[in-house]
Amino acid sequence: MIVKSQNDIPASEITDPLIFKQRRRIIKAMLATTIAGVGTSAVADDKSIGTNLPKGDFSGELLTPSPANLIKNYTNYYEFAFNKEDSTTLAQSLRIDPWSVEISGEVEKPGTYALEDVLRQQTLKEHIYRFRCVEAWSMVIPWVGFSLRDLLKSVKPLSTARFVKFTSVYQPEAMPRQRANAMLDWPYVEGLRIDEAMHPLTLLAVGMYGDFLPKQNGAPLRLVVPWKYGFKSIKAIVKIELLKTPPTTSWNKFSPGEYGFYANVNPSVAHPRWSQYSERQLGSGFFTPRRRTELFNGYGEQVASLYTDMDLRHFY
Amino acid sequence: MNFRFNWIWPFTIAGCLIPLLWLVFDIAYDNLGSNPIQALHIRLGDWALRFLCITLAVTPIQTFTKWRGMSDYRQLFGLYAFFYASLHVLGYLLADHYLEWQVIGIDIIESSYIWFGVLAYFIVFLLAMTTSKWAKKRLGKSWKKLHRFIYIAVCAAIIHYFWQLKGNLAEPLFYLLVIFFLLGFRALTWLKNRQPNENTG
Repeated sequence: MIVKSQNDIPASEITDPLIFKQRRRIIKAMLATTIAGVGTSAVADDKSIGTNLPKGDFSGELLTPSPANLIKNYTNYYEFAFNKEDSTTLAQSLRIDPWSVEISGEVEKPGTYALEDVLRQQTLKEHIYRFRCVEAWSMVIPWVGFSLRDLLKSVKPLSTARFVKFTSVYQPEAMPRQRANAMLDWPYVEGLRIDEAMHPLTLLAVGMYGDFLPKQNGAPLRLVVPWKYGFKSIKAIVKIELLKTPPTTSWNKFSPGEYGFYANVNPSVAHPRWSQYSERQLGSGFFTPRRRTELFNGYGEQVASLYTDMDLRHFY
Repeated sequence: MNFRFNWIWPFTIAGCLIPLLWLVFDIAYDNLGSNPIQALHIRLGDWALRFLCITLAVTPIQTFTKWRGMSDYRQLFGLYAFFYASLHVLGYLLADHYLEWQVIGIDIIESSYIWFGVLAYFIVFLLAMTTSKWAKKRLGKSWKKLHRFIYIAVCAAIIHYFWQLKGNLAEPLFYLLVIFFLLGFRALTWLKNRQPNENTG
């Protein structure tokens, strides 16, 4: 008996590398027109999205981005590997073209949208944000992306939408840890409250350092929520659902006492096994003191109002 | 067979320094990856734990091979465990925190995994301080009792290791297995020596 599994990819669906490159060029051309409005020659060469992108409203002017090679070789991508180095090479087998995102649930215009079509509607900007991992290290990343709210508004959320659930790609044939059913329940799931999702700081990123996202960093589309620990910023998103009730998220399900739904960066709420008071900034050398972690990762001015009257120690 | 005065001894002393040279090389050539300070902690902590395991392996090896005079090696490896553990602690205080005591204090108080590291180091420190022949003579019977605390130190070191991890437990589990065998050997020896007494009672 032949059991046809979901993993079988018909030969017709495997993208010819030439067509793949062509598509990338088409996306780039579209991005160029998006960016052209700003009046710069944004697409300088075939490799980059553009180095002269307009800056996002909350882009940190005083933040110095961490060296790109550090960011590209230090990723927590458990679908590929449990260490931070191996996913750099393993992630290259991920298929990201074509890519589409399903938007469903409490919205007026549910549907499956091709990434090209999504990007055609959005203005890409550069957002330099600090990224703070729950493991007490941080880096500064110049993301390229757009506000999630702009995408959500375009599909018209209903008033009943109170939470947003994000789901990562399920590609066990390319992802060894998914294939082995290791650790977390796959695919990876994250979630936000609707007001967090609609906050202008919250991004969907498609690039960093003026280039498309490297696969290990979450290509082709990832979430960036700078005031929360990094595990909230889910990679390789294929589904966005607007829900009435809070979704069950991956790390929270794995260890609810350690990883809360909110996961707001907070130096005075320690992880049960380690302190969150300070962080090692990537790129800083030996004999450099650790950085003192800031409440909401330094974005308190923008987001603290979302959590007034909330006990942050209880809702960690 | 006496190992003390032959060529193996100086080679062992020098060989135990290879991990340190290797680390210095990797620091000099920027081979420690994106988070070199964490890599430094892991490297030195690993070697401290490995030397503890090697130290604990000397007695079983002596029993199986019936070689004599290996207690000097046991002492040497134990001192190297202390050496690498001390570098590990110095790396934390100096290279990582640059002696910012307020941050260090909060970090230690709030990080339960560090408590086990502190316990392990405290024991290894005491053992290293009482390693001399003079101390052994002075402490008499309690010397042996004190040095049995190495079993607690090695267990604390492994807990210190896996208690800070988010997921992947493969490596600490390997050490746990090694320690299980090393301590199991001693448990069996103890049981064997105990039985005749019970029979006479």
